[in-house]
Amino acid sequence: MTNYTPPALAGRRLPNRWDGVALLLVMGLLIGLVDVGRGTIATPIAAIQNTPIHLDPSYLPYYALRSTARMFAALFFSFTFTFTYATLAAKSRRAGMVLIPILDILQSVPILGFLTFTVTFFMALFPGQVMGAELAAVFVIFTSQAWNMAFSFYQALTTLPTDLQEVARSFRLSPWQKFWRLDVPFAMPGLIWNTMLSMSGGWFFVVASEAVTVGNTTFALPGIGSYVATALAQRNVAAIGYAIVAMLVVILLYDQLIFRPLVAWSGKFRFETTASVSAPEPWMLKLLRRTAVLRAIGDAVSAALEAVFRLRLGAGVRVQIDENREPSRIVDGVWFGVIALVAAYAGWRIVDFVAASLQWHDLGTAVLMGAYTMTRVIVLMSVAAVVWVPIGVWIGLRPGATRIAQPIAQFLAAFPANLLFPPVVIAIVYFHVNASIWLSPLMLIGTQWYVLFNVIAGAAAFPGDMKEAVANFRVRGWLWWRKVMIPGILPYFITGALTASGGAWNASIVAEVASWGNKKLVAQGLGAYIAQATNNGDTARVVLGVVVMSVFVIVFNRILWRPLYAYATRRTTLG
Amino acid sequence: MDQNYEGPLLTVRNCRQSYHKEASADLVVLDDVELTLEEGEIVGLLGRSGSGKSTLLRIVSGLLKPTAGEVKWRGKELRGPAEGVAMVFQSFALFPWLTVQENVELGLEALGVRKDEREERTEAAIDLIGLGGYDTAYPKELSGGMRQRVGLARALVVHPDLLLMDEPFSALDVLTAETLRTDLIDLWMDKKLPVKSILIVTHNIEEAVLLCDRILVFSSNPGRVAHELRVPFAHPRNRFDPAFRQLVDDIYGIMTRRAPKEVQAAPAAVPTGFATPLHPVGTNLMSGLIETLHNPPYDGRADLPALAAALQYEADELLPLGETLGMLGFAVLEEGDLILTETGRKFAESETEDRKVIFAAQLRAHVPLISAITTVINQRSNHRASAVRFRDELEDHMSPEYAEETLRTVIAWGRYAELFEYDEEAQQFGLEEEDDETS
Repeated sequence: MTNYTPPALAGRRLPNRWDGVALLLVMGLLIGLVDVGRGTIATPIAAIQNTPIHLDPSYLPYYALRSTARMFAALFFSFTFTFTYATLAAKSRRAGMVLIPILDILQSVPILGFLTFTVTFFMALFPGQVMGAELAAVFVIFTSQAWNMAFSFYQALTTLPTDLQEVARSFRLSPWQKFWRLDVPFAMPGLIWNTMLSMSGGWFFVVASEAVTVGNTTFALPGIGSYVATALAQRNVAAIGYAIVAMLVVILLYDQLIFRPLVAWSGKFRFETTASVSAPEPWMLKLLRRTAVLRAIGDAVSAALEAVFRLRLGAGVRVQIDENREPSRIVDGVWFGVIALVAAYAGWRIVDFVAASLQWHDLGTAVLMGAYTMTRVIVLMSVAAVVWVPIGVWIGLRPGATRIAQPIAQFLAAFPANLLFPPVVIAIVYFHVNASIWLSPLMLIGTQWYVLFNVIAGAAAFPGDMKEAVANFRVRGWLWWRKVMIPGILPYFITGALTASGGAWNASIVAEVASWGNKKLVAQGLGAYIAQATNNGDTARVVLGVVVMSVFVIVFNRILWRPLYAYATRRTTLG
Repeated sequence: MDQNYEGPLLTVRNCRQSYHKEASADLVVLDDVELTLEEGEIVGLLGRSGSGKSTLLRIVSGLLKPTAGEVKWRGKELRGPAEGVAMVFQSFALFPWLTVQENVELGLEALGVRKDEREERTEAAIDLIGLGGYDTAYPKELSGGMRQRVGLARALVVHPDLLLMDEPFSALDVLTAETLRTDLIDLWMDKKLPVKSILIVTHNIEEAVLLCDRILVFSSNPGRVAHELRVPFAHPRNRFDPAFRQLVDDIYGIMTRRAPKEVQAAPAAVPTGFATPLHPVGTNLMSGLIETLHNPPYDGRADLPALAAALQYEADELLPLGETLGMLGFAVLEEGDLILTETGRKFAESETEDRKVIFAAQLRAHVPLISAITTVINQRSNHRASAVRFRDELEDHMSPEYAEETLRTVIAWGRYAELFEYDEEAQQFGLEEEDDETS
């Protein structure tokens, strides 16, 4: 597919049908950008507090655009963060010692718990301006995207093929040239995949971060999330329906216009030596590649970028490896000392801050709440496994069904589950059932799809010759599950379950508390604990709740998921 | 660069490369290596894997700083990759996301060459090496031979004085490799290559004799220049010329000859006997070779070059096999011949179960690591022993990679001989359980 080069003939330069479509897309994008800019810059916060969110569906496209813009702003920051943070961690041994564990923890911290701090911080930075609220929202989305992207980039940097590194050094590429010629391209497939996962997760937080109450600061930024919040407050069922449809359209567009072309394009960077069977080209990529005008623009942009990549920034750095050079113990000692001091200071500040308003029994309460939420996560994960594993395997073993179901499952994973909460909440209010039990499924509504699409992928990747051998020996029934299929999909299932359970913890902050008009539903749990503390502006309890939840998640990962995953990959792969 | 410089392109004096080990003696990879490279010659570094020849190439290229010794490039001390040295890699090392043209251009970009000159030189290099028409192809669309041509073009485009080649043809099939060798020599003879000298690392004896004017034969553990010889034949050379064959035979002899020092030093220096890295040779391969040796036409004695040709093995593959048989007492290596011992003959004539008994006896007698493991298992009341302590002890004497490889080999051999079991999950050796005890 990369061989396709349209001849540069005069006829090709004439505008064609594709150009018309492309023109519409580009103009739409430009108008959208202008609109967003006008709404954001230096509008006093009073303005949005006075401009209520309209439930008229004609406002929805605008709100959707605002939400999407926030998403992409956050993505921009995520990429900046990824390129700098991960590079520093990979290139400097001393920095890596600190930065990587920090990243590991950040991944496990419930993002919505940050809201209290970020809102306070950014509001203080831009007092009385919309900018503060906007940045706070963008920051929450950023925190939901950046960590796994940085991790994926770091992992790529630490697994760069030795021979290509030697080429870069022996031909004396400057660090800047090496970064763009080797580091970034090598990391590209993993980075794109993680960006996609981040984006999927991000929609959830876009919706959650727009309408926020922290203590006595309340703001509702124009966007789909605020629209839903307003609809809930006004008990408007129809508006909730509109919002769900609008979100479906947005995700469909994002999937078709950006994500699919990007994944297809990143195939070019896959590090393999054999040509693989190429998947059909997404229509958007076709449009970009075959449209004369867009091609010309694309070529100009890539030529400009290439010129930047070729700059010999930092040339002349010594690149000879001296394997006998020992790292300086003194510098190491100083470094460790500084880290210890900073950590001690941070610990003292936290204790100081929390101790001012909390007693030991508060910790007990938080842990107990954590236990409730953990029970929910375990039960829900078991239910999800029992439901989705058989279905996923059934689909995965049938290529026809896989082709249809896999994109749908990925699509559903991207859909912000918090938009689906209201129907459940309405039902609970209507039937007067126990909120502590019936609010629970909300935690997994969004993340269960990770289990499904990973299981489908696992079953689809099950080797054909093994399937034939199993059929030949007529292995079936429970034996088939126990000895063949469950071990076969185990690594995939664990990958999915890990993502799903991490997401469920996070979602508990919005799922354990729900409201319908002035009716408030609360499920006992750590999520509700954090959510209520946030609402009350009780920063000490938020800190406590976030810390306890992080510890639960980290322990869960370390004790259960990581060993399980290591076991599964060790035992279920040959060689 | 000093244009008036007259003298050897490259000199290496007293070069030593070792890795520092905390607990024990340093691991020496290269010891006391001397090398001088003049303009207009092709020099080969020939040796087994692990003889440090690739390490020497990386030192010469400026990628690696030697622990001790002096490397001079055109009379000046070498500090890092120098202008005028370019390298061709065994794995081709092409960037999969760059086209042929972009891959070749890479070295020029790093030099900051202007666009029009860059394109001109790239085009010339691509044409010279026979890649015309492939400019816009990606590496994954090319065959192995074509990929290595790209690797060659990428090195030549910077017009290096010295071309370094790290086993450039060993990843290619026999016919493709031969075509590339011939093309390289033709260009060299026609003076079309923009290089003054070539240094080539290889483990293929015939390749070295075919290409080089001078060959340095390396011995292993630690890597030393065991022998240096000139190849007196004019290009193009004929592989079937009796003189050519004789030289190949002689080099086989040199490579199988044991360094006398090693034999003397072995018992004194390493009382535990742990220090010998084992070649990862499978038991099926050993059985197969013993049977082949036992059967006609060899009848217990085979000439190594002939055996290698018959089995389509390279010296580098056959020698570890032969040495392993030698170490276990199944065969003897003598001046380029492999001779089956009495034990080897008995093994060849036995059935599966008896073979295992013979193999177990040879392991106990000749592999100190195996006897150490069985001793520890038997001493313990639970009849289990952790593999970790053996790995740690091995790592005191060799690199972690070799330690891992040696341990894997011992596990495979011990399992075949039914001397012990190994539990991968727990990383533990255990006593082989008799079938009738468990059922």
